[in-house]
Amino acid sequence: MAARSRPLSPHLQVYRPTHTMVLSILHRVTGLVLALGLLVFAAWLLALAAGPAAYAELTGLLASPVGRLLLTGFVFAYCYHFTSGIRHLVFDTGRGLERRAARRSALIVVVVSIVLAALSLWAMLRAGGTP
Amino acid sequence: MTLKSPLGRVLGLGAAGGVQHWWLQRVGAVALAPLGAWFAIALLSLPDRSYAAVHAWLAQPLHAVLMLLLAPIAVHHAWIGVSIVLEDYVHGRVTKSVALLLAQLLHLLIGVAAVFAILKVALGSAQ
Repeated sequence: MAARSRPLSPHLQVYRPTHTMVLSILHRVTGLVLALGLLVFAAWLLALAAGPAAYAELTGLLASPVGRLLLTGFVFAYCYHFTSGIRHLVFDTGRGLERRAARRSALIVVVVSIVLAALSLWAMLRAGGTP
Repeated sequence: MTLKSPLGRVLGLGAAGGVQHWWLQRVGAVALAPLGAWFAIALLSLPDRSYAAVHAWLAQPLHAVLMLLLAPIAVHHAWIGVSIVLEDYVHGRVTKSVALLLAQLLHLLIGVAAVFAILKVALGSAQ
């Protein structure tokens, strides 16, 4: 193997953050958060398969303050990753990459994801507050 | 036709595996957008998220089939995403390999658990 501590090319910390860069990083971060969310998703399905007692135990955990905070985080991460993912799929077709268009779509992604998350949280609370 | 050396191919080094990952990640994303939206709306439309309500919902064949699509595709999408992040930020040959291996096994575990749970609810005694 080659020797360690070879020089790396300039990385994130040497660049001044830009809107589009922050959004792109957020896409990764929310993706990781949602990967953790899949653990909760699978646990929820397993509890459902295991029976009423297990399900009550799990929803009890999710209704605790920590559980609620976690679910709120998942809702925001999901809405952001969903909206931002669509933006990235459009990028993949080679469209919208110019500076003006990318900045405009960035703003749309932020606004739409916050609105979606707020609507989802409102719907969750309306249905009795249990997640 | 490949420019990789036989040794490079065997060791899985180089960038040639990235195209397939990239493409699968997008296929998953396109499938997940409607499936994920459907799941969120369906769950929020239930009168409540009690055991009885959710169990009866998942026992419906159409719901179970869509969930059987959603869960593995979501896990696969997450696995590729987590792997890419690990490949980017975890350095060191052994550490990186171990991290990637653990990520793969963990995602496999989550996927199998989710699929098994859905099948158990869907195929459980008719109620």
